[in-house]
Formats: sequence, structure tokens, C-alpha cells
Amino acid sequence: MGEPQLCDISVSGRQGITFPRPDVPLASFPEGFLREDLPMPELSELDVIRHYTRLSQQNYSIDTGYYPLGSCTMKYNPKINEETARYPGFAFTHPLQPIETVQGNLALMFTLQEWLKEIGGFAGMTLQPAAGAHGELTGVLIIHAYHRSRADTKRDKILIPDSAHGTNPATSAMSGSRVVEIKSDSRGNVDLDALRQECDDTLAGLMLTNPNTLGLFDEHVEEVIRLVHAAGGLVYGDGANLNALLGIIRPGDVGFDVMHFNLHKTFSTPHGGGGPGSGPVGVAAHLVDFLPAPVVGIIEEGDQEMPPLYGFIAPSKSIGRMKSFHGHFGTLVRAYTYISMHGGPGLREIAEHAVLNANYLLALIKGSYHLPYERLCMHEFVVEGQWPDAPEIHALDISKRLMDYKFHPPTNYFPLIVHEALMVEPTESESKETMDAFAEALIKIADEAHHDPVLLKEAPHITPVGRLDEVKAAKELVLCCGVATLDK
Amino acid sequence: MFIPHTDADRAAMLHAVGIEKLDDLFIDVPAKYRFPTLNLPPALSEMEVSRELQDISLANESVHDLVCFLGAGVYNHYIPAAVDAIIRRGEFLTAYTPYQPELAQGTLQAIFEYQSNLAALTGMEVCNASHYDGATAVAEAVNMAYANFRGKRSKIILSPAVHPQYRQTVRTYTEGSPVVLVGDDPQGDVNADPDILIPLIDIDTALVVVQYPDFFGRIYDYTKIAIAAHAVGALLAVSVNPIALGLLKSPGYMNADIVTGEGQPLGIPLSYGGPYLGLFATRKEYVRKMAGRLTGETVDNRGQKAYVLTLTAREQHIRREKATSNICTNQGLMALASTVYMSLLGKNGLRQVAELCFHKAHYAAQAITNLQGYSIWSSTPFFNEFVIQTPIPVSEINDLLLDHDILGGYDLSQDYHALSRHMLMAVTEMNTRQEIDQLVVVLSEVSNG
Amino acid sequence: MNIPSTLKYTESNEWINLEGKIGTIGISDYAQDQLSDIVFAEVIVNEGDVVKKGDSIATIESVKAAADVYTPVSGKIISVNEELGRAPEVINTDPYGAAWIIKIEMSNPGETGSIMDAASYEKFVQEQK
Repeated sequence: MGEPQLCDISVSGRQGITFPRPDVPLASFPEGFLREDLPMPELSELDVIRHYTRLSQQNYSIDTGYYPLGSCTMKYNPKINEETARYPGFAFTHPLQPIETVQGNLALMFTLQEWLKEIGGFAGMTLQPAAGAHGELTGVLIIHAYHRSRADTKRDKILIPDSAHGTNPATSAMSGSRVVEIKSDSRGNVDLDALRQECDDTLAGLMLTNPNTLGLFDEHVEEVIRLVHAAGGLVYGDGANLNALLGIIRPGDVGFDVMHFNLHKTFSTPHGGGGPGSGPVGVAAHLVDFLPAPVVGIIEEGDQEMPPLYGFIAPSKSIGRMKSFHGHFGTLVRAYTYISMHGGPGLREIAEHAVLNANYLLALIKGSYHLPYERLCMHEFVVEGQWPDAPEIHALDISKRLMDYKFHPPTNYFPLIVHEALMVEPTESESKETMDAFAEALIKIADEAHHDPVLLKEAPHITPVGRLDEVKAAKELVLCCGVATLDK
Repeated sequence: MFIPHTDADRAAMLHAVGIEKLDDLFIDVPAKYRFPTLNLPPALSEMEVSRELQDISLANESVHDLVCFLGAGVYNHYIPAAVDAIIRRGEFLTAYTPYQPELAQGTLQAIFEYQSNLAALTGMEVCNASHYDGATAVAEAVNMAYANFRGKRSKIILSPAVHPQYRQTVRTYTEGSPVVLVGDDPQGDVNADPDILIPLIDIDTALVVVQYPDFFGRIYDYTKIAIAAHAVGALLAVSVNPIALGLLKSPGYMNADIVTGEGQPLGIPLSYGGPYLGLFATRKEYVRKMAGRLTGETVDNRGQKAYVLTLTAREQHIRREKATSNICTNQGLMALASTVYMSLLGKNGLRQVAELCFHKAHYAAQAITNLQGYSIWSSTPFFNEFVIQTPIPVSEINDLLLDHDILGGYDLSQDYHALSRHMLMAVTEMNTRQEIDQLVVVLSEVSNG
Repeated sequence: MNIPSTLKYTESNEWINLEGKIGTIGISDYAQDQLSDIVFAEVIVNEGDVVKKGDSIATIESVKAAADVYTPVSGKIISVNEELGRAPEVINTDPYGAAWIIKIEMSNPGETGSIMDAASYEKFVQEQK
């Protein structure tokens, strides 16, 4: 049975945490400002612990099972990250403290900036953006600022491949750009003819995910970048799929002008059930001055005796501030820890094994699922979750049935250019045994789809809840526990 | 390192794929750029990295080493042990976004309860599952208001008493757009009553944005501004410190249309700037205009009550360039921390914390007023932050305080040129009477020479 | 797939019923089927508004998709279907009848020439599959 809601467990008069009585004289409250009631639940600490512990037990998580979610990079989140981020010297520093009191933090941020620059092949870096989409917005704003600074005001067009993640067009629209979709060719690359037609003097930039959401490295990536640059545009890299490229190629080397990193994907910081993430943005030399303020820099050079004095610098043509303070520092500590434990060769091993795992899994299942693009994949691949001879079965049904085999489903219905898409990304964390077991489940389900489809249609059977009535949820909006509608 | 593959695994897998060596996986990567050597330090073991990070952390002084009177948007509040115990659970920490609800009822119910708690606290009807922080929440409120009027109204009135970093963020987000930002002219009188914004409200106004308590700690009733805004069909957004709402009337009571805020005070560590928690709540009639995730209650095919992400058609993965916002990953774990915090404290605990902050801040303010050379800048009621006028520049006072292991308040001259010798002082339940007394003693050293 | 022959259709899956200078507009059976269960609909223009061909006149949401509805002709809105906001599911059950979205007095009847007839639309729908 389900876990009751807080308002159902609440008992008037209970309190989990109490505080000492005031040790100062009581001041008088301002006339007319006290709230009359606060309709919040009242629980003991044990109630709270039991409630949330039981809720947690209804969750699937990396710690309990494999997530083959394409473009999410659900790799293992090392526990050491949770330790280092909690060292009091990190966790209990206030963002507005004088810089002399937080040289440890600033040194860490500076070093992380340098490491990410090295990994991506960039000349400048900001750690401020809160997530990938936030990094995308930062990057697109930088692109527009760059063109404006050169009085190149006609450029309002952003090109986005049809395989792109939804955040790409959403970001472009948020920044006031005109979005034009570019189709992919039959091998999953950006269609060069379609691209050439759009390369004109209204082109601000191209947002490119490489490898793309099909898990394919663009076979013409150099030509794509050359075409955009020749037309005066800039190339934005969506770094969501960087796990395939660590130590394999540096996007900056091949011509990307600006790129966001997803620390909560490539660099192992935990997803937390929906964040927090962190989306640092790297830029080429000509865009360094436009980075959001502040960036961490060296205020006073060090020497043999003294380390440098680190502080904050506002780039001369900065687009401004993307959020309060200077980034998700707790998340940065985790990424720093992770990179420290790998070094250059270690990062390359990540990419090699992520790509090996994906190709191995693909080899196991491609006899049972249609693969639209016959190419070596990178760290992920997309197959169709449908068969012509089992027309009532959709990707959704396969996904729900996988839950009965104790696996989280792959990404569904994305990218949009593959019908009934199932996007699978194993990551390097998963062992051969896990790949074998997952492939076996998928093949069994393919067989069930043809001979016993009801098993799929009525799945999942073993999860705490079955398929949910999403229509009811949207039409009869219940977004709060009953008690919240009481007085203000 | 974390890769489980043995040589035997690799050999078997390469064989299955039909290639000879790992390098062959990367034939599509241009040879010219392939396999760069990354200039990074050699890999450390867990034992070594733990030592190194400890050393780096010890090169800082934290609010455990220094007595903290610094606020300005984020505060040193007590975080109950149970909060971290819950958010460290792997089932919450390492779970993905709950797109497959059958496998994520824990996360979904926790978000639902977070939405409920925030709605109650803010006096609003619906609340989303989080934005990045207080600053971006205001920027999203601006976007929401602009979209609400379909571009027919482009004026946004920003009170100068809204956090400077929030206003900077709004300016970054609206750069190049038709939105016109008024009200926070640097030459304006920052001590004036917020009612001076009222004459700026007209039929071109989409949104008025104020803060509660404001950046200077002051408490105002914004009901009059709400009335003035609604008279011309404009919206009112109020950015809050949620701890204050444990004691004070909510913005919902004042008829705000949108409530945003920084949720860090609700059980989230200072952590040198983040990750924090953007609060966002609104009225039911605007629920579709609101960005961010929403969890709703429904039933499953076995008739059980269950939870699911709803109204997802607004979001980027469906709406793409027509989405209300591009937000995807938000601050899920921080929202969980805050709802555990709110559950542990409950209505009475939240009131107690707020009262402690209030009384201690007023004790400090009273003592400082009595010092020669210092005065309280505003006579308006305040919650737990207040502005003092200082006899010498704030930076010098803070240097002196630091010598006594005290972290002084925020130097307002950085953001308000009329406030050249003004410090924003914050006091929380973590400050003891002795600490406040010691602060006052050190401050008095200045006026005494 | 129901495609009444008395109506005309656009590539964005709206239908239009032409009676003299008055056009009635809705979305086709194919469109509602693609969207599946519709949970929300909002007409975003008002009576008296003047619109151009291609302007957005309504938004429709299901649990898995959202769509904008565009007017295929320019003119003045003379009537708006208030029922849609209250009962959006009627778009699924009666797309050509009770689920009309707006009535418009056309300012340029010549625009109707470029809109597909039922046979052409049927072909168009086949190509989408």
C-alpha cells in the first residue's frame, strides 16, 4: 500500500526539532504583520525519518539498479564525493565572505576551470551555470553578445538539428532567437546540403550535440563547423554526450566556439531525483571576454614562497550574471574529486569503456530490435521499440515490461526522428554481467511481444504502482495536500 | 577508479563487437585531433584525494571558525541531522528525474509534499518543484509575466530593494528582448517607501517585483501595490525569505500573484554559493504559465493513490521552442532537503526559529544603536537583517571584526552608491547572546579609536 | 480516419468550413488522434480581434503533446467556442462538430484557394504515416 501523505500523519502538537528559548530580551512584533496560522504538518522526528525512509524505498536509483537512459549518463556516483563536498571548510563557507578567508574554495574553482578547459580544449571557462540548460542559455547569450559587439545585428537565427534535445530550441527561443531545424541525413549526420542553404548573414550559430542523440559521431563534423564559420556564425556544443569523448577528442580543438559541460552526467555528480546539476561553459579565445561575471582568476601572482591570491574577475564584455553567486560549489567539489581520481589516462578509459559497453550491448540485441543507422555507435545507441509484425506494441510497452525484469527503461520517444525510439546508454560503470542480463531481458521481451503481448500491455506488474492515469492528473489538478488550501 | 571490466571482459566484448582493439571504436573521430594527451595531474587514490581535499578545505575559514553576521540572501541557520540523513540515502541521491513514475513514487510524493508545504508557507495555491535559485526564479517570473500578456505589455517594475544579484540576473536574461526594466534607478532614493513604485504602474506594466523582507531586511505590507497593479491588470511578484514566513503574514495574504524566493535557509548548507533552491509559487489560474516541473496526485491502474509529473506539455521536452522555459534539471535534492526540514520543524518549529532570529536581531540592533558613531539606517520594522550606518568604511570594520574571528555584515557600498558607510547585518538562531555582545564590544572599539 | 468531404484542410491539420464569407475552424480527426487524450484547450483570440492568415488562435494540450492552432485565413473573429475551455475532451469525441474553435469573417476569400480539399488532405495524412 502507498505511504500516507504528511498531512495524514500530522498530529497537532507534535514537533520534530525544538529550539532553545531566546537568550535575549523579547522585542515587540511589528503591528499587523504576524501571520494568524501556518497550516503545516506536525510530526515527530521518528515520523519524519520513517516517512521519508519508506518513500525512498519506493524509488529505483543507481545505487539499486542499472539505468540505461540515453543522454543522461547514469554512471555510478562515488561516495567519496559525498564526503569531500561535506568537509566543513567547504560546506560552511558563505559565498560573500572576504576572499582572503576562502582561498581554498577559490583555488579549487580556479583549478577546476583549468581542468575543464584542458579536457574540452577551451581558452576560458565559467562555473556559474546551474545546469546544462542554464549553460545553453549562457552560451547562446554569449553568441549574441559577440555578434552585437561586432555590430553584426542581422544575426538572429540559430540552427538546431532535428535530433536535438528539447532544451536546445527552448533555450534559443528564450534568448529571442529564430529557430530553424536542420534535418539529419540517412547516416544520422547533419545534412550538409540543408545546412549550406541556411548559412547566410542572418546565421548567429548552430547548436550541435556531438556525438548526437543517436549516439553517432558526425562523420562531417569538421565540414559542418567550417560551413558555419565561413558564414560568420558560431558553433555551440551541447556537451551532454561528452562521456564518449573524454581523452578521445577535445571539442575546442575541432572548432567548437562554446560548449557546456554537464557535471551531473559526465563527471559523476548525483542526479538527486531531478538535480542539482551544474553546467559550466567553456569558450574559445575570442569569446573569453563575454563570459558571465564573476569568473575565478588570479588577483596577485604567487612565487616560491606564497601561493597566488585568487579572487573574482569580471570579464570586460561580460554578458552579466546568470544567477546569484558563482555556481553550485558543492557540485564543483564533487566533480573536482572525480577528476582528481582519474587523471588524463583515467578519463580516456571512461570514454573507451562507455563506448565499448554500448557497442557490446548493441551487438547482443540488434538481432531482435531494428537499428535505423548501421554504424558503430559511440556511448549510446537508438533502436526502434516496435515491430511491423506486432503492431499493437509500442516503445512504451517495452519500457514498462522492462520494469518487471528489474531494469529502469531506456529513454523513450527521443530523439524524435526515430519512430518509437529507445535510446540506450550503458555508461562505463556497468559490468559485462549487467549488459548480458539487460540484453537477455530485452530479447525475452521481444519474444513476448510477438507471442504474449498482454504481458507487455499490462506491465509493470511488480512495481509498487502500476501504470498511472496521466489524463486524470492533468484534468483534475491536485497539486497539494488538502491542508494547504487553508488560511494564509 | 570505477570501471569493473577485466581483461577477459574486454576481450570477450571486443570479440562480440567484431573489432580488435579499443582504439578501433573511434574510427569516426578525425585522426588529426584524436587521442590528445590531457595535461592533468596523475590520478589519486581515494585515500589520497580525501587528504588533498581536506587540505584544501582547511585553507578556508568557515562559519564554524568565524561568528557569522553575514546574510544578504543566504543565511547560517541550523540544519537538523535528520535532513542530511535522508538526502544522503542512495535511493534519493542517485535517483533520476521521475519520468517513469512507477519507479519513482518516493521522489514524486516527496515533491508533492514539498509543493504542499511551500504553498502553505507562501499562502499561494500552486508551487513548482523548484528553480535554480532566488535570482533565476525572479527572472522566470519576469518571463512568465511577459508571456502572460503575449508581448502586449513590456514594462517590468523592479524595486531597488530587490537583491542586487537578482536584478542583475533579470537584466542578463532580458538583454536584447523587448522587456523594459524600470524602478531601480541607481540615482533613486533607496530609503523611500515601496509605494513610490505605484506611480510607475500603468497599462504597459506586466509585472511589479518586490522583496519580503526586502534586501535591507525591512518588512512592508505590499497590499497597496497589489491593488494598484491589479487595477490595471498587471501582476505582482514577491521574492521571499521563507524563514520569515514562519512568523510573518504571507505574500498570498497580500494578494501577490507570484511568489519567488531563495529556499537555502530551509535546511540547505551555505556551501559557498550553492547548490541552492529557487522557490516559485503562483495562483491556480496561472498554473499553465508557470515553468518548471509539477507533480500531481492521480490513481494507478490498480486503483491506488499515486503521483506523477503533470502538465508536462508546458516543458521543453515536449514544447521545445514554444516551452515556457528551457529548464530541465532543477534542484530536486535541495527541494527534498527543504521539505524534510519543514516537516521536522512543523508549524511551531518554523515559528520558533523565526522568533529567535527576530529577537536576537533586535537585541543586536538595539545595542549597536547605543554605540557612539553608529545608527540604524531605517526606522521601518525589520525581520532578522538591518542596516547600520558606520563611522568608518565597512571594509575597515570588517577587517577589524575578522581579527576577532567575526564575519561582519555585507558592505552595501558595493551595490548602492548612496550607502557608502552602511553595513547589512544579519542575525540568526545560531548567534548566541555572548556572540552578539562580543560583536558590539568590537564595534565599539572603532568609535572609541 | 474521418475526413468529411465538405470541408477544407491545412498542412497543420486544421479544417475550415466555408459558408459565404464566414469560415468555421477546428482541428481534424487525424490531429486529435495524434494528440490523444486532450486535457486542455484555450482559445487565445477574442471576438472582434483581427487576425492574419497563419496567426495562432488556440493552444491544445494532451499529456504527451501540445499544439498550436493557426487560422488558415485572415479576417475578423466573430465567434469563439467557450465550451472548449470547460470540456476540452470534446475535441477528441467530436472534432468536426461541437469542437469548432472560432468563426471568422474572412477579409480575403482568395486565401482559401491554397487550402487542401478532402482528397488531397487524405493523401497528405497517408504520407505522414
